[in-house]
Amino acid sequence: MYDAGKIDVAVIGAGHAGIEAGLAAARLGCSVCVFTINLDAVGNCPCNPSIGGTAKGHLVREIDALGGEMGKTADACMLQSRMLNLGKGPAVHSLRAQIDRNAYSRIMKHKLEQCENLALRQGEVVDLTRHGEKWHVITRLGAEFEAGAVILATGTFLGGKVYVGEASYESGPDGMFPSAFLPQALECLGISLRRFKTGTPARVLRSSIDFSQLEEQKGDEPVVPFSYDTLTKLENKAVCHVSWTNDRTKEVILRNIHRSPLYSGMIEGIGPRYCPSIEDKIMRFPDKPRHQLFIEPCGAQTEEMYLQGMSSSLPEEVQIQFYHTIKGLEHAQIMRSAYAIEYDCCDPLELTSTLEFRDLPGLYGAGQFNGSSGYEEAAAQGLVAGINAARKLQGKEPMVLDRASSYIGTLIDDLVTKGVSDPYRMMTSRSEYRLVLRQDNADERLTPLGWEIGLISQERWERFCEKQRQKEEELKRVQNTVFPPSEKLNSILVSHETSPVSTGVRLSELLKRPQLSYCALQEVDTGRPNYPEAIFENVEIELKYEGYIARQRADIEEMRRVERKSLPREIDYSTIKGLRLEAAEKLQRVRPENIGQAGRISGVSPADISVLLIWLMGKGETA
Amino acid sequence: MQEKTIAAISTAQAPGGIGIVRLSGKDSREIADRIFHSKSGKRAAQMKGYTASFGAVYSQDGEKLDDAVLLLFAAPKSYTGEDVVEISCHGGLYITQRVLREALLAGAKPAGPGEFTRRAFLNGKIDLTQAEAVMQIISAGGEEAARAAQAVGSGALSKRIEKIKEGLFTLASHLSAWADFPEEEVPEVEEEELREGLHTAKTNLSKLLQSFDTGRIFREGLVTVIAGKPNGGKSTLMNLLTGFERSIVTEFAGTTRDVVEETVLLGGIPLRLADTAGIRKTEDPVETIGVDSAKKRIETAQLVLAVFDGSKALSEEDLELMESLRRTPAIAVVNKADLPLQADLPLLKEKFPYLVSLSALTGEGIEELEKQLKHLLQTENFQPSQGILCTERQRKDAQKALEALEEGEKALSLGLTFDAVTVCVEDALSALSALTGEHVSEEIVDRVFEEFCVGK
Repeated sequence: MYDAGKIDVAVIGAGHAGIEAGLAAARLGCSVCVFTINLDAVGNCPCNPSIGGTAKGHLVREIDALGGEMGKTADACMLQSRMLNLGKGPAVHSLRAQIDRNAYSRIMKHKLEQCENLALRQGEVVDLTRHGEKWHVITRLGAEFEAGAVILATGTFLGGKVYVGEASYESGPDGMFPSAFLPQALECLGISLRRFKTGTPARVLRSSIDFSQLEEQKGDEPVVPFSYDTLTKLENKAVCHVSWTNDRTKEVILRNIHRSPLYSGMIEGIGPRYCPSIEDKIMRFPDKPRHQLFIEPCGAQTEEMYLQGMSSSLPEEVQIQFYHTIKGLEHAQIMRSAYAIEYDCCDPLELTSTLEFRDLPGLYGAGQFNGSSGYEEAAAQGLVAGINAARKLQGKEPMVLDRASSYIGTLIDDLVTKGVSDPYRMMTSRSEYRLVLRQDNADERLTPLGWEIGLISQERWERFCEKQRQKEEELKRVQNTVFPPSEKLNSILVSHETSPVSTGVRLSELLKRPQLSYCALQEVDTGRPNYPEAIFENVEIELKYEGYIARQRADIEEMRRVERKSLPREIDYSTIKGLRLEAAEKLQRVRPENIGQAGRISGVSPADISVLLIWLMGKGETA
Repeated sequence: MQEKTIAAISTAQAPGGIGIVRLSGKDSREIADRIFHSKSGKRAAQMKGYTASFGAVYSQDGEKLDDAVLLLFAAPKSYTGEDVVEISCHGGLYITQRVLREALLAGAKPAGPGEFTRRAFLNGKIDLTQAEAVMQIISAGGEEAARAAQAVGSGALSKRIEKIKEGLFTLASHLSAWADFPEEEVPEVEEEELREGLHTAKTNLSKLLQSFDTGRIFREGLVTVIAGKPNGGKSTLMNLLTGFERSIVTEFAGTTRDVVEETVLLGGIPLRLADTAGIRKTEDPVETIGVDSAKKRIETAQLVLAVFDGSKALSEEDLELMESLRRTPAIAVVNKADLPLQADLPLLKEKFPYLVSLSALTGEGIEELEKQLKHLLQTENFQPSQGILCTERQRKDAQKALEALEEGEKALSLGLTFDAVTVCVEDALSALSALTGEHVSEEIVDRVFEEFCVGK
């Protein structure tokens, strides 16, 4: 072993969480070393070649609004972009892009390489020990680093084990080495590890697919970028295709189900409910005649195609059989087989909302290690962990995002307050404030914070302030613009199936009508300034949903009020008289940071909260 | 930031001398002024801290509920540290509940268990010298919570709410799957499905809310007065109802001197009976006290059983009683049906829509009395086994859920996108879950995975 020097922050893992954590901490002035088992796996997308999706698109927008990297890189290697859920309401509009996964990885690696204060280092971390306030990070080749903070972003590498039918072997994703020694080191630190699993479908050769039989799925025009920094116009460059499973697919799978490691009991890890394998879907929903799948390009310079919806851990020979039952895939040539991967992760109830281990100061977790699933969920946590590690070392107040601020805050609060029973995926239905937390206003919600923290450039900040100014102006303008009743106006109103007017009417009143839009009123709204489309979109949403947004804002005020009442971390809940046993146990385990959080723990009743408050008060008197 | 103004009954929820409804929050004075009018005309808004004023509480439609004393504790010198108004009225569950109800209608929100204490704490108002008082409040809060939990957890109420929630969960999880998994062949959410789901939930909730007042009758009973001239058979009736000799029954008029209280079940409805001293002008000082008290009781009763001696012509006292009952729910009991009828039955029938001929002595006619009582209370179709709302807090939660559903319907009829409807459905669910003490969001997510085949 040799002394490899001192750093401020060690980031273990260079996936989506590790990247954001490393970049954020380095940009905030810390010296950072990002460790990866394989330098060619930086920012790897070992599952679907896409970024965003429902609620995940919100996360990417928020990461970008705070000064993270994911959105910019996704825009830079976008192949096809769609705004999902148009027509279902602004709260659930979600951006999703197919990306070039190799380009994504290359760009991210380059960004880390170019980042000041940041060292990117290939090396397997095999041991982690605590020395007073410092952490020692030891690599397989004997380098010993001293770090002020460590961020664990180990993904599926940690204790990784791959399953394909009867075959199973220790492995990270995409055939990379697993991190085989670190789990033991973590257990020595008192971290309780659990096994989760996830899976991915096969990749097949483009030229072996018969696209003539398949329905095409095009991107949306114009392309809306993820990043508020992407100012150039983006173009769709690829299409996806849709196909379906059929009775024969089902028959092949059912005939071989006993060979699935999941059903034979080989896999003990718990898989994500939302991302079931095809055999899972067929077993759980036996009445469903067919299941949809999407055929997506993995990149611009590769012929590998991803079969979304068809992950499996059945033996390779069975995979070939059932893939071949599908229309268009009759002669599909598999390049990489589908596999399931089992890995170690922590119980996020051991973390605080800064993602630091409650009992291990200076040690942070992010991404799949925290029990989540998904690139975007990982990146969001990496950013929060990186920011907080840096702020702690610099003696600054932690950055805690509450549920009303963002999907990021909701994600973290869910993880550290409710815990997880299977890999956690973000969904719009997880946010109770979703009419307020929209993807179109992520910058408004978070960029001021990103600026204050120091991750937003001067130029971007000025652009943001200008945008806000224009929005204010536009809000004023629509209030002050009155249209007299005219034939032209009324013919527009009638053609949009809304009642004509007989007296003057404010533009804002017209925009409130669900049937009308800026677009519909273009002809009469002659004084409209030349602002970016996003401003009109934002103003229109806020007008149309005014009442419902106001309802949610009132709820937010209520929530924040109790959220401000903090609970000291060293409370021994078992000694508090009057708490019901179940509540005391839950509180002891979660150790909430404030009263609001305590109230969200299942098993803690309002009566328990009262007891807690009274106890707190008494404690304040005697302390 | 200011908290919403809360209100609760702060005295024990049992029959007692004085009941206090307490308000706390920045709007306490304003709310008090909406329901309390002082004799002097002084408004709570102008009062100084630690002062009192005498007046009465009125309902929204101007009905006087009770004489009351208003005490003002100005912020920060109050228990909670906020403006606190205490309205002391005559005890008894009915009146205090009514006053509380008015306070809530006037803009207060019902205090959660221990919420006054919580506020006191949040505002840094509670110190060790108040520890004793605080402990009392904790135990009261705990009891209330426990009672509510029991009624909700084990009873038919929770089943009834579960049924409403079930329908809403189906909607919410469909909406959620539909929005969160747009490419997963989740069936389209149809407007009709939402409209129907909202309507069904609303109808059931409205029924549940209606059960609140009826339910209270069953739970708390009706303050019932047996009134009538001396020796008309009031005590015999009382004994018939209670099943044993509670009142002293003699041949001489005027033997019942104080008010005897007893709770009896008549057709399943608890009547908190007071057999009053006969209404009779008397010189006997002891009996005078009894008679005065009887008159007062009649004024505040929720139900009067007016006993007339059917074997005699109606006396002046009978006519007086008739007059005094013009505005009180009453059933005329024409007693001594075992003797020949002498009383003017047509006149009685004209004055009393509810009338029973009965023999308190033999018990003949008691079924008819039960029938008339149910008829009067309109409880014929009421089945407490279906579950009813018990506390004002439960009622308010149910009300909140109902309002959220109405908002959802509004969004639908305006033609807004379904995300606006979704948040309303979820608001309704979270209000109902507050009622039953569960967490909502997890449940919706769980159902998405149970009911829809989603996932990439």
